[in-house]
Amino acid sequence: MIRSITGRCKQYGLVVIFTVISCIRLSAQTDMDAIMMSKNNFCTGLMYNHSAWSNYWEGTLKRNNDNLGTVSANMYAVMGNYGVSDKLNLLFGLPYVTTKASAGTLHGMKGLQDLSLWAKWMPVETKLGKGLFSVYGLGGISFPVSNYTPDFLPMSIGLHSTNLSLRAMLDYQVKNFFVTVSGTYVYRSNITIDRDSYYTTESHLTNEVFMPNMVNYQLRTGWRSGRMIAEAILNQSNTQGGFDITRNNMPFPSNRMNATTAGINIKYDIHAVDGLSLIGGGSVTLAGRNVGQASSINGGVFYILDFSKKEKSAKKSTSSEKYN
Amino acid sequence: MKKVILASITITAIITTQLACNKAVPNVTDDLPALAPAKTDINAGTWQPVLLTGPTEFAVAAPAAVNTPGYAAELNEIKALQKNISGEQRARIAYWGAGSVLRWNEIMRDLVAKYNLPPYQNADGTYPAPSAANPFAYPLFPFANPPYSARAYAYISAAQYDALVAAWYYKKLYNRAAPYKNDAGVAAVLPQTDLPSYPSEAAVVAGVTAEMMKLLFPGEIANIQQKLEEHELAAITAGTATRSDIEAGEALGRLVAQKFTARARTDKAGAAGGTAADWTALETNTVGRGEIPWISQEVPKRPPMLPLFGKVTPFLFDANTTATLRPGPPPLTGSEQMKKETAEIKDLVDHPTRERIRIVQFWADGVATSTPPGHWNAIAIQDFLGKNFSEVRWARNLALLNMSQMDAAIVCWDTKFTYFNPRPSQLDPSIKTLTGLPNFPSYISGHSTFSGAAAEILGYIVPEKANAYQAMAQEASVSRMYGGIHYRSDCEVGLVTGKKVGAYAVARAKADGADQ
Repeated sequence: MIRSITGRCKQYGLVVIFTVISCIRLSAQTDMDAIMMSKNNFCTGLMYNHSAWSNYWEGTLKRNNDNLGTVSANMYAVMGNYGVSDKLNLLFGLPYVTTKASAGTLHGMKGLQDLSLWAKWMPVETKLGKGLFSVYGLGGISFPVSNYTPDFLPMSIGLHSTNLSLRAMLDYQVKNFFVTVSGTYVYRSNITIDRDSYYTTESHLTNEVFMPNMVNYQLRTGWRSGRMIAEAILNQSNTQGGFDITRNNMPFPSNRMNATTAGINIKYDIHAVDGLSLIGGGSVTLAGRNVGQASSINGGVFYILDFSKKEKSAKKSTSSEKYN
Repeated sequence: MKKVILASITITAIITTQLACNKAVPNVTDDLPALAPAKTDINAGTWQPVLLTGPTEFAVAAPAAVNTPGYAAELNEIKALQKNISGEQRARIAYWGAGSVLRWNEIMRDLVAKYNLPPYQNADGTYPAPSAANPFAYPLFPFANPPYSARAYAYISAAQYDALVAAWYYKKLYNRAAPYKNDAGVAAVLPQTDLPSYPSEAAVVAGVTAEMMKLLFPGEIANIQQKLEEHELAAITAGTATRSDIEAGEALGRLVAQKFTARARTDKAGAAGGTAADWTALETNTVGRGEIPWISQEVPKRPPMLPLFGKVTPFLFDANTTATLRPGPPPLTGSEQMKKETAEIKDLVDHPTRERIRIVQFWADGVATSTPPGHWNAIAIQDFLGKNFSEVRWARNLALLNMSQMDAAIVCWDTKFTYFNPRPSQLDPSIKTLTGLPNFPSYISGHSTFSGAAAEILGYIVPEKANAYQAMAQEASVSRMYGGIHYRSDCEVGLVTGKKVGAYAVARAKADGADQ
């Protein structure tokens, strides 16, 4: 009989840098990983992410820009994950983002970005061959919580669309080695901007901007134990439509933004304090289109609050077969 | 619990699908009603043209009588087209039926936005100049920056107006009624009018515009020709013009355009880019006056945008008047006043509010936009739409607006390159801008000059909105302070100067015969 996975604080590890040239879209890692919080446990914490790029893709042309120099973004996020049951988790993430260009005259931007909420469900967890196989379904929504402007790229802190995401995820673990794959479809609402016309590949006499939807694929693999997770992550994000930045033009929210990123991620539970864990990671952008070639590092601290009636020892339970 | 989740996922999927189907974004002018002028302005042939010596400068031959076999054949062409009219053809008739001047203005603004991109630098740090002789090579010709565009809008609008004045003269003279009035077998797909159809006003506007484009957007000739043919076919299929109405109209339009093109070739705009010697002289002369000169803050340093545009021949006054409209100098770069004004901008950009950012963005009209004159065209058009103007009045009103915009650009650029004053972010490099930093001197603000002129002439044309236009001009002006790219003096003096230019347009409007 397979016991459901119990309370390890999720890997909030690698915050997906969805660069929009510099804009960061937060994707709480727990919505990308194959780990569940156990019932009545609440894991919460703070994340910091720094990303920067000097080169970007103007359409498919890679270039630099001496009037931007290095464009960097800092993200500070509060995140959490609550175990409604061992098979159903609810998650949230809320980032505050600042941007800056090292050269030129453009002003940086800052503000609260988008609140994301996810429901994560694990309908299947079963032994398969020598390992443990699990299936996840996730639904998420994110929406801007401040009136930041998306129309000042690459300095804008986000794209200001409301996104609905559906994700399927499979995980297979043999001993301490695991592989997780996921695919996500992201519906993005149209946005409005502060001007009454704009040009994409033609003029639009309106303040509303059509935002193409997106798909995302991710592969994660590495080593899991009760105390530690170390993994490598390959991520591909594609915009289903949109247009290329024209020569020497500025980026625009409805550009075709694609990115291939690779990263590593480590989570470590502190022995001394029960329920406390540290995470850290980094990523680089291998290929892209209409995005900055961002590199990023991140770190965070998380703590599990146990609201269950169980013995306190449940917090650091290692009963999960995934961890042992 | 599983059921709840399954239900949630299903609902989410349904909502997603529903929303996805409704994401198409229409333009505000996609579904306009057909133009139905309140008056035909049948005497517009007597209105004062801009460049033509009179409405008969270009002869239009008398049309065949409506009882001739030739005319009957033309009616048969219309009947045949109407017999097999497709949904697409109806959509095109509806599109063009909203107004010829309106639609060609939108096409112009589309082209300006498309071509309004600064060229990327050469490997050696110099910048390539677009070449009219080879418009398809990078950088594409033209770089439709604000002065270039202001001039392009003015030439096209003024040429449309003159051509329509001539057309109206011949309409009244020959008095050939619309096809549907001569034959009950021809349907009037668009609203009927008593305006004579020879020569066709649709073809006049299409012809004059297409011909002007050869000079202004030479890389777009093929696309424009296609639109012209589509427009003319729509007019015939709608039953509003016969083949000979169209041919006479297009020919007249092209002849009038050629006169404007000849003027444009000698109006000194071609030399407005200046030479390396000119650029250096601007700097050394300013230093010679003891002032800090403007320096490009782009990397690599880009030559200033069209420094000799102030010498271009204006439409509303003669070239000698330009200097008399030039305001006095800005505060000296070393003065307390300039320190105070720089500090004001520094404080604004260090404490941006969302509302100020909205204002900056709304009026930014920077790269890849139709520029401030294009924005004022869009504003004007929204208000003209409810007025049921005839095509010739549409053209007259936009010609007045756009001549004011071109002349505002001339006076503004003359002022900018007389004083060659540095931007706030040059005097204080800690000033970061909330919009793109224009690559030319600060004093006076182009947006303010354009907007001051536009508000003045539009307030005359649509008097009930005069105060609203002044408020918009004020907002456009101050947006440049909020954006961190202009001092208060630039904006305030720019507005006043623009207003003076606009007054010339108002004086012309009062005297051109259209309002008598």
